[in-house]
Amino acid sequence: MTESVLINISLAILFLPLFGFVVTLLLGKKVKSIYLFEVFILTIVLISAIVLAFGKLSYFIDHKIVSEIEWFRLTDTIVIKLGFLIDNLTVLMLFVVALISALVHYFSVAYMKGDERYNRYFAYLGIFTFSMNGIVLTNNILMMYIFWELVGLSSYLLIGFWFEKKSAADAGKKAFLVNRIGDLGMFAGILILFLTYNTFSFDTIFQSISAGKIPFNSEFWLTLTGILLFMGAVGKSAQFPLHVWLPDAMEGPTPVSALIHAATMVAAGVYLTVRIFGLLTADAMMFIAVIGMLSAFIPATIALTQNDIKKVLAYSTVSQLGYMVMALGVGAYKFAFFHLVTHAFFKACLFLGSGSVIHAMHHEQDIRNMGGLRKKLPLTYATFLLSSLAISGIPLTSGFLSKDGILASAFAFGSLTGYWIFAVVGFLVALLTAFYMFRLIIITFHGEPRDHHKYDHAHESPFVMAMPLVVLAGLSIFIWYTPNPISADQGWFLTKWIETPELHAPNSTRFDFMQSEVVAETQQVAEHNSSHGEITYSEKYTEAMHSAHYPAMFLSLFVAIAGILTAFVFYQWKKVNVEKLTASIKPLYNFSLNKWYIDEFYHKTFVAGLLGLSKIIYWFDATIVDGIVNGSATVTRAISTFTGAFDKYVVDGLVNFMAYLSGFIGLIFRRIQTGKVQTYIVLVIFSIIILFFFF
Amino acid sequence: MNNFPILSFLTFLPVLGMLIVLFLPKKEVQAIRITTLIVTGLQIVFSIILVMGYNYSAGGINDANSFQFKEFFNWISISDFAGIGKIKIDYFLGVDGLSTPLVLLTAIVTFIATLSSWNIDKSVKGYFLMFLLLDTGMMGTFVALDFFLFYIFWELMLLPMYFLIGIWGGPRREYAAIKFFLYTLFGSIFILLVMIGLYFSSMETLADGTRVFTFNLLELMNTANYTETGILSPLNPNNLRLVAYIALFVGFAIKIPMFPFHTWLPDAHVEAPTAISVILAGVLLKMGTYGILRIAYPIFPEITYQLAWWIALFGMINIIYGALAAMAQKDFKKLIAYSSVSHMGFVMLGMSALNTMGISGAILQMFNHGTITAMLFLIVGVIYDRAHTRDLEAFGGLGKQMPIYTGFVTIAFFAAIGLPGLSGFISEALVFLGGFGSGTTRILAVVSTLGILLGAAYMLWTMQRVYLGSLNEKWKDLTDLTGREYAMLVPLTIIVIYLGVNPSPMLNLMNASVNAMVKFIADAQVFYSSINTL
Repeated sequence: MTESVLINISLAILFLPLFGFVVTLLLGKKVKSIYLFEVFILTIVLISAIVLAFGKLSYFIDHKIVSEIEWFRLTDTIVIKLGFLIDNLTVLMLFVVALISALVHYFSVAYMKGDERYNRYFAYLGIFTFSMNGIVLTNNILMMYIFWELVGLSSYLLIGFWFEKKSAADAGKKAFLVNRIGDLGMFAGILILFLTYNTFSFDTIFQSISAGKIPFNSEFWLTLTGILLFMGAVGKSAQFPLHVWLPDAMEGPTPVSALIHAATMVAAGVYLTVRIFGLLTADAMMFIAVIGMLSAFIPATIALTQNDIKKVLAYSTVSQLGYMVMALGVGAYKFAFFHLVTHAFFKACLFLGSGSVIHAMHHEQDIRNMGGLRKKLPLTYATFLLSSLAISGIPLTSGFLSKDGILASAFAFGSLTGYWIFAVVGFLVALLTAFYMFRLIIITFHGEPRDHHKYDHAHESPFVMAMPLVVLAGLSIFIWYTPNPISADQGWFLTKWIETPELHAPNSTRFDFMQSEVVAETQQVAEHNSSHGEITYSEKYTEAMHSAHYPAMFLSLFVAIAGILTAFVFYQWKKVNVEKLTASIKPLYNFSLNKWYIDEFYHKTFVAGLLGLSKIIYWFDATIVDGIVNGSATVTRAISTFTGAFDKYVVDGLVNFMAYLSGFIGLIFRRIQTGKVQTYIVLVIFSIIILFFFF
Repeated sequence: MNNFPILSFLTFLPVLGMLIVLFLPKKEVQAIRITTLIVTGLQIVFSIILVMGYNYSAGGINDANSFQFKEFFNWISISDFAGIGKIKIDYFLGVDGLSTPLVLLTAIVTFIATLSSWNIDKSVKGYFLMFLLLDTGMMGTFVALDFFLFYIFWELMLLPMYFLIGIWGGPRREYAAIKFFLYTLFGSIFILLVMIGLYFSSMETLADGTRVFTFNLLELMNTANYTETGILSPLNPNNLRLVAYIALFVGFAIKIPMFPFHTWLPDAHVEAPTAISVILAGVLLKMGTYGILRIAYPIFPEITYQLAWWIALFGMINIIYGALAAMAQKDFKKLIAYSSVSHMGFVMLGMSALNTMGISGAILQMFNHGTITAMLFLIVGVIYDRAHTRDLEAFGGLGKQMPIYTGFVTIAFFAAIGLPGLSGFISEALVFLGGFGSGTTRILAVVSTLGILLGAAYMLWTMQRVYLGSLNEKWKDLTDLTGREYAMLVPLTIIVIYLGVNPSPMLNLMNASVNAMVKFIADAQVFYSSINTL
């Protein structure tokens, strides 16, 4: 196994789905079963991703493979490159993407059966997988932005797949536009990076930062660059205040929600933040932590009251992504990525499970019309339950490990900096999560069926749909990540697979616990070390994490169980009258049910404002700007009418008058022209006398 | 091949076509169309030959030696005319990296427009005569290197365009044609005045040592040629170069069209037949920015420096104002027209940066906008031919009825939005990188990025109103693309995708010239500031 083999495998992983997209799209009309080609391609991609991960983790585990080619050049110094960066993060992420994408392909074969644009659906899945793989594989921020936008396109196409439905078309548009708001920030960040470093490559940028070169020689600008780049993540990972597109995106086919809007595309934002982690300053991290915290909390409160099975899962996705982002903000780099991976599996499982339910219930999504489904859909129920345990953070699941890590980090962060708010909100959200997930399970699967007609026709899903559920549920068990079911700290995932992040932002801009300690030693050593970025966290941090471990673990276990029990008390055992309770907190309930009125607020302010502004601008254009043009034409015409009249009546009038006058004079004097010599002689004499008198 | 006058051939091939068409009987409409198609097809062939023989390292801009495919002879030479000395006008053609992409663009767009003209059935002969004359005017403008010659070609386009809109246009065609004609003529007067002013301010030294007034653009760029007393000579302390620059700029800006001189464009587009809209947006608008880059920039480099911020400001206004105005439209074609206003703003923003990335981005954007907007107007044409309305509210759900057409629409719309992988992205990205890279235009460039968002908003909204949602029953008989429509849309789609993935062929064509331009302006700036300190 050599580096070039790995690079070639990566190339195949990247371009095969594109090939699948083109073939499936072009032949979709003619060849009915062309979708099988796309499914086949994805199987190859999955195998390649496994081989790549295996090869990388066994032969090059401490080695970063970079390969670049020139894309285009303007001068000898302005050369734009494209390239791959294959480190452990890359291969793990590629594996996650390829696996879930392949499973979703299989699942869709049955789920989408009979759709009139069946082949096109698979083509779109192909271009999505291509774009997502591009984000994961790239070594530079421009290429990431390119694939970032392509993911936006695929998401637009897939959300609006059933475009005849206005709500679906609306949702696609909204997703693209809201994402673009974040992308503007990211693009501005890219502009700053290129201006400062004349390159887009992550590595070169990081090296320059370590060497002391920062944008505009100002720490503020470095912070701002980090925040601007993170704006891209706010859009893609549906973070507050740009989270509004994700719940609407549920208009897309359910397998798409599992692939794009739960496991992969929305994780791209976290992946971006992971990639740029090295340049984040303490202020930028604080900003990120706050955004993550709000994004974890607000959707969790909304998920409590939603009745659409997919909407609950969508809000829970935003909330879990908020955890990851908050984790990055508080410096828990490894746990953020760990949670990304575990969440991808169990959330994909939940979404596909909901797809299985929706499929069985003939496109019913309202959980109030469900109930008792565990008897009809035992396998779906079992996998759904396992994944729900994982998301709630119950031991023996993967979710327990990663979530506990994040909570412990937030706890440690509180003890190191005094900002306890992140830990407090973190545990609160854990409580809410456990509650709303089990509310969902109990109403959907437990109790008695509410819609008997649909219940009677419900049936367990076929093998191609069941198999992905089992695989994903299986991956929600701890054993894949660590041998120790209550702590992942010593497991291979955190110690071997994920590298410690390298920090590059100047020491003065970092948190106290993230200082490079070698700085205190001789200058030479400092330079040596900082260029390699070997030291990441101080001893203090390790100690704080250590002492946070057990309290955090017990507390998180406690809140998870409390949440689940409350859900049982409310909905299973019905010890509390839920309706009476909601009636007593009606305003709060409505606030949650209506999603904090955030959509309404945006509509009344930004959307209406923009449309109003465009109307005003167009009025201005048609009335004022064009009015001046037409006005000057009118004025010119008026002047020309006036000159025309002047010419006709005054100038020409004068000419005619002169003619008339001479005629008139002639008329008078013609009397003299008698032709008689006598008269002429008299006139001559008179004239001479007059002349004589005058001169 | 070296002595073959390829540029004259490219320019006057349509005139040859006109002669053939002139002798064809009126009834032979098919023969007339095919003649035009062959002529424009040959133009593509010869412009490809041009590119194949192109020397990528020659810069051009102000250096006569590095212009390529040059043709030069004295055209009008009157010795001692009415006491003002010798009058000398040259027939001087040549191309560099600034004009070659546009020659290529003109050939491609004209060919596509010929196909699009197939369904013109009102006095076909007259139409194609005018069409070919227009073609000569456009080609000539891009290859002329003598100001006088340039001006002749520039004015030559006006007449056929006036008739093409005024006779073959929509219901308000007369108003639109007159507005277009007068507005452009108004701009031409400014250009003419500056041209005459420059003529009397600069003297070229001939081979025999005599010094004569000159219209030769390259001689006008040479600072050594200016007279002491010329009204536009930098050596004259009371010179009017700033005023002249603004006048020249306005003359060209009307064509771009730059806010606030843009209102002729929506009217002209709405009334013009599809093919003419394609040419108007695809080629004619580029002449404004081309004129500025070819003439205003190198002849007045110091004023360009001085006014760069203002150019960027108007670029930014075009981008945002055009996008907002587009958003308010109810007529599909008018919306695309305003989107052109917005997209041409990117060209202005890029060229105001005065650095390699900005100017490369600007020229590339000229080419890309030409192809993308041609697609957009063809798309409107397809639907208008079938439904006879362009009201955005009247449609809905066409994606189901006309899936292949909608596929092309999706590509064109996303290209216009600047989606990576399609050509528009590269040029927009270069424009922003350049604009941000220049300290003068930095803030304006950042504000202009809003245009990306607004562009996506009005385009996707249009997408939704026309193509998505449930199908309006009224349109359930609309048919998908015909063979001729494929022939128009497929080549453009290939170009848009190819240049999005691999922009190198186009950028390599421009690089030497762009760098020569950037260097020339920077050097000239040093020179002019030394004059001012004297």
